[in-house]
Amino acid sequence: MHGELTDGRIVIVGASLAGLRAAEALRAQGFTGSLTVVGDEPHPPYDRPPLSKQVLLGIAPADSTGLPMRADPKAEWLLGVRATGLDPLARRVLLDGGESLPYDRVLIATGTRARPWPNPAEAALDGVFTLRTREDAAGLAERLDAGPERVLVIGGGFTGSEIASACRERGLAVTVTERGPAPLVGALGGTLSKLAAVMQRNHGVDLRTGATVTRLLGDGRFTGAELSDGSRVDADVCVVALGAIRNVEWLAESGLAAGPRGLACDAGCRAFTMYGIVTDDVFVAGDVSRFPHPLFGYQLLSLEHWGNAVAQAEVAAHNMVSPGPLRRPHLALPTFWSTQFGLNIKSVGVPTYSDHVVIAQGSLEARRLAMVYGYRGRVTAAVTVDMAKVLEYYQHLIETAAPFPPPPGAADRALAAEIPVPSDVPDPSVLSHGPTVALTGYVPDRRLTVV
Amino acid sequence: MRTVVDLTRCQGYAQCVFLAPDVFRLHGEEGLLYAPAVPDDQVERVRRAAAACPVQAILLGEEVSGGAR
Repeated sequence: MHGELTDGRIVIVGASLAGLRAAEALRAQGFTGSLTVVGDEPHPPYDRPPLSKQVLLGIAPADSTGLPMRADPKAEWLLGVRATGLDPLARRVLLDGGESLPYDRVLIATGTRARPWPNPAEAALDGVFTLRTREDAAGLAERLDAGPERVLVIGGGFTGSEIASACRERGLAVTVTERGPAPLVGALGGTLSKLAAVMQRNHGVDLRTGATVTRLLGDGRFTGAELSDGSRVDADVCVVALGAIRNVEWLAESGLAAGPRGLACDAGCRAFTMYGIVTDDVFVAGDVSRFPHPLFGYQLLSLEHWGNAVAQAEVAAHNMVSPGPLRRPHLALPTFWSTQFGLNIKSVGVPTYSDHVVIAQGSLEARRLAMVYGYRGRVTAAVTVDMAKVLEYYQHLIETAAPFPPPPGAADRALAAEIPVPSDVPDPSVLSHGPTVALTGYVPDRRLTVV
Repeated sequence: MRTVVDLTRCQGYAQCVFLAPDVFRLHGEEGLLYAPAVPDDQVERVRRAAAACPVQAILLGEEVSGGAR
């Protein structure tokens, strides 16, 4: 069919989850041309979620999380090679070292990196870590094996909380600092963040909320930190868990709509130029993308979710080789999970796109519940704690823009708590941890306060 | 061989935990932890676990071979 691409050259920049799944999907779609995957890490695609869980718990070595292939995409893998630029006119990806790769279509899947501690000298102290790569996890796991006196975790987002959970499970003393009022508040809102705080304290975490670390101390070796409340924490390991930075710097000269929130694209994963004009040969998938979603007012969403990387890579691959009318939109709902302090937390939708919440099933006391989030009278998200089997029902409510509060449906009784309470989603700028779901558009009734 | 579980799909039915307890285990009530590197003598068990998973969340396969060029 006209417009179908079965031959030619495709380059994928980014050799992690989205890059691998896109490569497989391109072959499954019948693309038989040349396929090259460029990745700046020296490793074949590996899975990152286990790095803050199995690896820190000592169940799996850091170098054992290589991703299985669905089918070998027979790609050329340029690993340990950094892309330094994109020339959309010449249709070439520029590589470190001066080489360049010609393309007919390119997929940008460069993901994110850990936000480093802002003071480079302090960040370089021995014992200060971030957690994003295989090397980060190997280094941190080795330090935890050595039995440190105390671990300081800066930032109470999902990664920071999972690290704290692993430390406690290993019997290590741990302090968590979070600038916001509670851990996970940026992702889950006020009510569930209180449960998160209780879980941390019950498991022996020294949780300091409303506090920031102002200085890391040490002379070559990290020895502790000063906090904004004037206190001091003595510790020998520090994990900086302040969220992620999009890997877009290499696109600075490309004329594409790349910025701190990611590279903007349309619902078909086609990148926008800086003038808001959609391209037809540059595609985006995974954490680096920023895409519109009809269920959330067509705001551009920036996600750091495993499931989104997979789903978006598949749609991008399909659209890269399909003629216009056969292209598909990426409409998958944001979903994520986290295992910490013995609880399994799962989310669907965008919890921060909410004004009220209601506990639809279970209870906070039981540590088992389904919380439903609503915005202006319709269901926009749901979070379960140890109740994963009911999440699908609420997903259906979100997809069908069902009224909020929801009618009892999955439950065989009335809502557990009848009265919705404010969802209490804070301005992200008050938090230590970066949100893993960010709405990047304008919400008229949300006037963000400057702190 | 390597395995990865799509934990977005996983609903904690724990069939895999029964079929391949050396690879999969529950952490708390329904959180799943697994060893991504599957030893040869566990491959058949993981294959069975993948087939039995009610939400088809388990993938078993080879990892991409090679490293930095």
